[in-house]
Amino acid sequence: MPLLHRIVRTDSPVICFTIDGAPCEGRAGDTVLTAVLCHGDRLRHSEFSGAPRAGFCQMGACQDCWVQLEGGERLRACTTELTEGMQIVTQRGRSHG
Amino acid sequence: MAERASPLIVGAGPAGIRAAITLAAAGLRPSVIDEAHACGGQIYRQPLALDGRDDRARYGSDAAKASRLHRDFAALGTGVDYRPRSLLWNLGDGVADVLRDGVSQRLSYDGLILATGATDRVLPIPGWTLPGVFTLGGAQVALKAQGCAIGRRVVFAGSGPLLYLVAWQYVKAGVDVAAVLDSAPLSAKFNLLRALPLAPGIVLRGLRMAAELALRGTRVQLGVSGLRIEGEGRVARIVYRSASCEHAIACDGVGYGLNLRSETQAADLAGCAFRFDPRDRAHLPVRDVSGRSNVAGVYLAGDGAGIAGADAAEAAGERAALALLEDRGLPHDPPRADVLERALATIDRLRDALEAAFPFPSHWAAGLADDALLCRCEDISAGEARRAIGDFALTEMNRLKAVTRIGMGRCQGRMCGAAAAELLAAQTRREVGAVGRLRAQAPIKPIPLAAGLSVDERQHDPAH
Repeated sequence: MPLLHRIVRTDSPVICFTIDGAPCEGRAGDTVLTAVLCHGDRLRHSEFSGAPRAGFCQMGACQDCWVQLEGGERLRACTTELTEGMQIVTQRGRSHG
Repeated sequence: MAERASPLIVGAGPAGIRAAITLAAAGLRPSVIDEAHACGGQIYRQPLALDGRDDRARYGSDAAKASRLHRDFAALGTGVDYRPRSLLWNLGDGVADVLRDGVSQRLSYDGLILATGATDRVLPIPGWTLPGVFTLGGAQVALKAQGCAIGRRVVFAGSGPLLYLVAWQYVKAGVDVAAVLDSAPLSAKFNLLRALPLAPGIVLRGLRMAAELALRGTRVQLGVSGLRIEGEGRVARIVYRSASCEHAIACDGVGYGLNLRSETQAADLAGCAFRFDPRDRAHLPVRDVSGRSNVAGVYLAGDGAGIAGADAAEAAGERAALALLEDRGLPHDPPRADVLERALATIDRLRDALEAAFPFPSHWAAGLADDALLCRCEDISAGEARRAIGDFALTEMNRLKAVTRIGMGRCQGRMCGAAAAELLAAQTRREVGAVGRLRAQAPIKPIPLAAGLSVDERQHDPAH
């Protein structure tokens, strides 16, 4: 179940990406945070408790939305624009920093 | 005579934009660095792509101000060295380290205007890390900039003018807002009468929003305490106490925050002196009415140096720029400076009244359960913090940080610092101003290790 629900931009151009290998569709103008949370309810897991996290401040301050790409690069989901072909990893154990 | 380097403005919100316009009008070409992709700051944030909404739909009654700022800044064109998507991570004597597109550049500057803005002040409550809980500002960003709602049935909780504004914006967007839970009691709201003559438009707009929320079926509850958020892996309900009864409301999204807190890390690195401000309950960089800090050539404007709102930020940005011009021996318009200072003084009195209408919940620290997380970066509970304070006889924030790692995680205390200070003060029976403040450390936000190691030493490049 998604955490975020689109009100506008529902017919903007599609941007294809993957979450943990599963093909997904975002929309032009999405941040990575928006794109992922329109599909699911987590971005990462706490390195300490393993509890799911899904961002908090959405303005680059809390640092709770860092995700990893398949290639190993880490990025802050709320301040990064979604681009075609992004392979995003949200599963536990993959994003230890 | 050797040419002086350009001034640097950090932040492109209302304060930074007005500062840039003022400096450019005087013939200088300031650099403006900002983390966002487009100007506006948080309040007038622009979407990443056109989404069919005009400024009226996006910014409501602030649309005219938003449009004017965006337009005036765009009109500067090459008159300003504007660097969007740029993160200031280190600041020294006349040099700034700025990360853009994965590459760090070192900028030299002569004159620094810090317009770093604010984020929500958060006091942790049980369940605040659950997916579906966002700050009030975060909930607003989702709606305004991304066109998304944080849930199908949403509750907004905490206190402050933003609480009602965001709730009202969600209702206007067609989202089911189940409740607005304000920690301030009804008695505090009579302070709005004091604010009324100072800013009738703002106060009446706020009252109208609260009335419209109630009319449309949103429960508006004042004087709530004991907030906690529950759910398995995501938000399912919010629980609160009111008149000594506990209530639960089912919801799938929560916006939470208690007024705002200043982003002061850059001022700290710039060497600014700090002073405890009782109204904001925070240590703030010292500035005079013109925006001059105690460091020559360093100026402070907007919410980053004390919470006063967007209108004050515009005035303070322009005023600080006039001070810079004066100190640089350039024409600087003293009558205009007087007008701006008078406007800022009025807003300051308004802030006193608003703070009294949305007061800090003094019972929060004593009431926080031991198993509630205090630090969301490192999963440190309130109980762990309390034990450390007792075991090590801690009385100062940086000692608390050293012993517990509170404030040492990725957010560097942005989310937990204010709360940790309240907890430390309550437990040691001190005033919150007497427990010190977390010292800022570079990098002030996380950067890739490679970027920090490969600082590009190119100097200020006017063609950039």
